[in-house]
Amino acid sequence: MTAALFLEQLLNGLQLGMTLFLMSAGLTLVFGVMGLINLAHGSLYMIGAFCCATITTMTGSFLLGLLAGFVGAAIAGLIIEVVVIRKLYDRDHLDQVLATFALILIISEGTSWIFGSSPLYLSIPSWLSGSIPLSFEEDSNSSYPIYRLVIIAIGLIIAYSLYLLITKTRLGMRIRAGESDREMIAALGVNIRVIYSLIFALGAALAGLAGSLVSTLYSVEVGMGEPVLILALVVIVIGGIGSVKGALVASILVGLVDTLGRVFLPNILALFIDNSQVATLSASLASVLVYILMAVILAIRPQGLFPANA
Amino acid sequence: MISSVKKLSAKTIAMTSLALIFTSATTMAQADTTKIGMITTLSGGGSSLGKDVRDGFKLALKMSDNKDIELLIEDDGRKPAKAVQIADKFIQKDKVDILTGIIFSNLAMAVIPSAVKKGVFYVSPNAGPSALAGKGCHENSFNVAWQNDNLHEAMGNYANGVDLKKTFILAPNYPAGKDALTGYKRFYKGEVAGEIYTKLGQKDYAVEISKIKASGADSVFFFLPGGMGIAFMKQYSQSGSKIPVMGPAFSFDQGILGAVGDAALGVKNSSQWNKDIDNEANKTFVAAYQKEYNKLPSLYSSQGYDAANLILSALKKSPVSDKDAFRKALKAADFASPRGDFKFGNNNFPIQDIYVREVVKEGDVLTNKIISKGLENHQDAYAKDCVMK
Repeated sequence: MTAALFLEQLLNGLQLGMTLFLMSAGLTLVFGVMGLINLAHGSLYMIGAFCCATITTMTGSFLLGLLAGFVGAAIAGLIIEVVVIRKLYDRDHLDQVLATFALILIISEGTSWIFGSSPLYLSIPSWLSGSIPLSFEEDSNSSYPIYRLVIIAIGLIIAYSLYLLITKTRLGMRIRAGESDREMIAALGVNIRVIYSLIFALGAALAGLAGSLVSTLYSVEVGMGEPVLILALVVIVIGGIGSVKGALVASILVGLVDTLGRVFLPNILALFIDNSQVATLSASLASVLVYILMAVILAIRPQGLFPANA
Repeated sequence: MISSVKKLSAKTIAMTSLALIFTSATTMAQADTTKIGMITTLSGGGSSLGKDVRDGFKLALKMSDNKDIELLIEDDGRKPAKAVQIADKFIQKDKVDILTGIIFSNLAMAVIPSAVKKGVFYVSPNAGPSALAGKGCHENSFNVAWQNDNLHEAMGNYANGVDLKKTFILAPNYPAGKDALTGYKRFYKGEVAGEIYTKLGQKDYAVEISKIKASGADSVFFFLPGGMGIAFMKQYSQSGSKIPVMGPAFSFDQGILGAVGDAALGVKNSSQWNKDIDNEANKTFVAAYQKEYNKLPSLYSSQGYDAANLILSALKKSPVSDKDAFRKALKAADFASPRGDFKFGNNNFPIQDIYVREVVKEGDVLTNKIISKGLENHQDAYAKDCVMK
């Protein structure tokens, strides 16, 4: 394997990781600050993708589409928080799981009413399409799609902005305070309800942005959020619930393990077993690799890598 | 307390009215009607396939003068458990005579073996897993389209003809995916540059595409039906890879060429049908389909159309209640198929010609044209394992 190919696969892992980070940042904040399990986070990802697809098709501008995905999901998140979620903060986790699961069903059914059950497809805008070479050798065909590099860049920018928001601003201070002691910050006269709504909307917007970004690579369809939600849950469990830093590290870790597993497992397995079985077995094994990683990390560090309230 | 009583009564009323709807629906069916239950994929990434099969099927029913057919259609969502549930309901509650419609082979494996054992006929418009063509063949199970391996075998044969020596092959990890790569390798004589099974329903192919580029292959053969193929082609065209792709008709068919876009131009693919096959039945079919749905038919539309016409042709000879006579009438395949002549082999799978097509542009519309005959009078490799004669 050449260095250029290895770099290409690393970038693939990083890109998957960044998409997962956008999903899990909101999920982990909502869980850490409000103690709420929100299964409907995948639905917000889907709402973002549908908003993006609709606006991009209407206006012809993918940038406006991205903005629509971000804002649309934020508004949807705000409505959901005010109408449903707000009543769940004091309930136990089972009630929250049931209620947010109901939200998944309602939102999915509603979306297929509006948009139909066929997937929508978006093309990558021409100024983001194409690829750039990764190697300077003449005969190398190693190159990387510009669009995926843009996803990585956006993920990094969002990660840095979140870091600034949480550590350097007044709002971030209140979020951290809310994380460690909800009653006390309310007693100090901070309107914790507004903070909750803001965090929820922010998480929703990031999920919507993730959905919009992948809408040109995959298809936009009902139920697209659930597979990502499962991976995002794995990420926040590994990273430590409530920790944005943990979510970032765990996202990249999961992205790399999933990608490199799919790259190297066939080669590793070929050393031990009969050649005809390698392709099928490695396909099956690669798809469970991140869950094995989660199990191992949970066994060693039950609180996750970066527990928020340590 | 009061509210719970209220809720309860509202629920009871709802249930009662539902029950009423169902009973009235069942009493409406008459004794001499043939009931056909269609289980197909109408939502999610495989939905365009199921919709085309359904539309082709309905078109054939509409064009026929047999009006004593009741067609029930349900969406399986590409979930095996759901397909089994629908099949049970169709067989036990609706008492259907014939089942049809399944697109995906993992669903077919979950439904067909147990359904045909219960005495129901199954006419497959698509899925033709090897397990049902060989030892698992059954006298009540017919496939009007192909055995899964067939189209891939034609591509393997084609690759030899145009001197491809190093193909990278790729398919999802499910029965039809394994049949696909087995089929390709059965005929292809060159070296396999790499072989990958992806997850069924996978959306991101970055890892696989990077591997393909680095493999030194001279061609890529992939079988990724429905939305998977669209995602793959879109991502592949962005990757800067110059290695030409080819595959079975499924990822280059009319229903999805629009979504794949110009990236598909010039791609060679194999099919038992195309809209330019020159016969009367095909001209009638293509014209009627365009008039009814205002778009070009796909491979799947033709398969749905064939499935309905096969059933109609058998009903002309015998009612479905006389099982032996009806089965014999099905086996005769006595109808004009748009693909041209074909007949059933001993395992109730077609023996037919398979063509190689090329994606071309006619005006603004991407479509296919036949460039050669891939395999002539081709029968699947599993027929010899089937005990039926």
